[in-house]
Amino acid sequence: MPPPALFSFEQVSVGPREARRLERLDASLPDGGLTVVAGPSGSGKSTLLRLCNRLEVPSEGCVRHRGDDIAQRDPLELRREVAMVFQRPVTFAGTVRDNLREAAPARDDDDALAELLERAGLRRAFLERDAGELSGGEAQRVCLARALATQPRVLLMDEPTSSLDGEAAAVLERLARELVDDGTPVVWVTHSQEQMRRLADHVLLIAVGHVDRSGSAPEVLGDGR
Amino acid sequence: MGDDVGFEGLAASLVLVAVALAIGWRLRLRIQRDLVVSVVRGFAQLIAVGAALAIVIEPKTPLVWSWLWVVGIVVFAAATTRRRAPAVPGLFWISLVANGASAAIGFAVAFGLGMFPVEGRTLVPVAGMLVGNSMKSAIVVAERLVEALSEGRQEVEARLALGQPWSAASRPIVRGVLRTALSPQIENTKALGIVFLPGAMTGLILAGVDPVDAVLVQLALMYLILGGVATTTAVTALGAVRRLFTADHRLVALPRSTRDTG
Repeated sequence: MPPPALFSFEQVSVGPREARRLERLDASLPDGGLTVVAGPSGSGKSTLLRLCNRLEVPSEGCVRHRGDDIAQRDPLELRREVAMVFQRPVTFAGTVRDNLREAAPARDDDDALAELLERAGLRRAFLERDAGELSGGEAQRVCLARALATQPRVLLMDEPTSSLDGEAAAVLERLARELVDDGTPVVWVTHSQEQMRRLADHVLLIAVGHVDRSGSAPEVLGDGR
Repeated sequence: MGDDVGFEGLAASLVLVAVALAIGWRLRLRIQRDLVVSVVRGFAQLIAVGAALAIVIEPKTPLVWSWLWVVGIVVFAAATTRRRAPAVPGLFWISLVANGASAAIGFAVAFGLGMFPVEGRTLVPVAGMLVGNSMKSAIVVAERLVEALSEGRQEVEARLALGQPWSAASRPIVRGVLRTALSPQIENTKALGIVFLPGAMTGLILAGVDPVDAVLVQLALMYLILGGVATTTAVTALGAVRRLFTADHRLVALPRSTRDTG
């Protein structure tokens, strides 16, 4: 019997009947590697991602995480296990240290916090920085470090580079690849074909409200990508 | 000048309404109709209330009528708060509890500790001042809470995504909203006597009461109001924020502004 998918969507609809954002969607995301969910604006790809950590719930159908119905899981525990980085970096008031402690109040030693920053490609000195004064790229990396502070087993990234310049975006893509190589599956939403071709191990293409194609990157994108 | 304003005096005060109307017309504010309606409505309401109050606070009238009046004030305040922030489910009941708690605590102090005698002429005005001020702050809290959560949805969801419960995820916003709602009352209390002479004291002095006695009554009322406002805003904010999250810790869909739905 094959291992259960990282996430599976069974006949999932979202939104009121007259304005569905997803309509009877069936899909599964493999447990491992970096899966890119791509599609045009308004196709429902962010909605699909938000179903994975229960910031959104289906109006009909069922979402499973590694075989378990998400609706039966404790939402707070699920969200610590399935972390999320949002489209726009949202830092909280205070220093970078304060931000990391929001995610992991028990981690009160700076060494552990500095280690998180290092995984997000930031130096220890950033702990003292005012989170409100960071550049977009730095803020998004603090958000990544903050998401990693809950020691997640899966990372969801919702168009995390859309507000960043090319260099900052490349750094974030590299960090996501490092996490995948360390064994943390990443689900990355994008509307950029180029980014999908650079990043994807697996691809789920969404047309408006339903799955267009899915499979490994070579299958869906062709060997030449 | 006598102690009574009289209807001639009242008519004289309408000169200032005419000034407001002239300003509205000259600056094209389009508030003239609202101004006239508010003046006429306020006049009719207060005259009716004055007449009813004269009967209720008559020493021979059973005290139960005064208590019923107090209940009416609390219920009306809850209904008004509910109407101003319709995006909050169950706000009528939350506001009823909040204003009821504020009135109960204020009454316990004002009457339980013997500041005022328990009579119709004290019960109704004290309840009116307490609940009137509490209601204004409760409306600010309810309206601002919906707006702040709507504007701050990204931060709230970023916190929820870290596994924080709704109470922790909304805490910074609730604190900000409570500070906003309480600060006018705190500023009013700070400016007492320097910037303005508050209503009860002014009324008593105009009615010929010794200014020191008037000051003591006013101070007692201001402290009661401050406590009442703090109670009502806290109960309203904590009750309302709970209703704006689902049981599985998601922020419900909210209008951009509470006024959009009104």
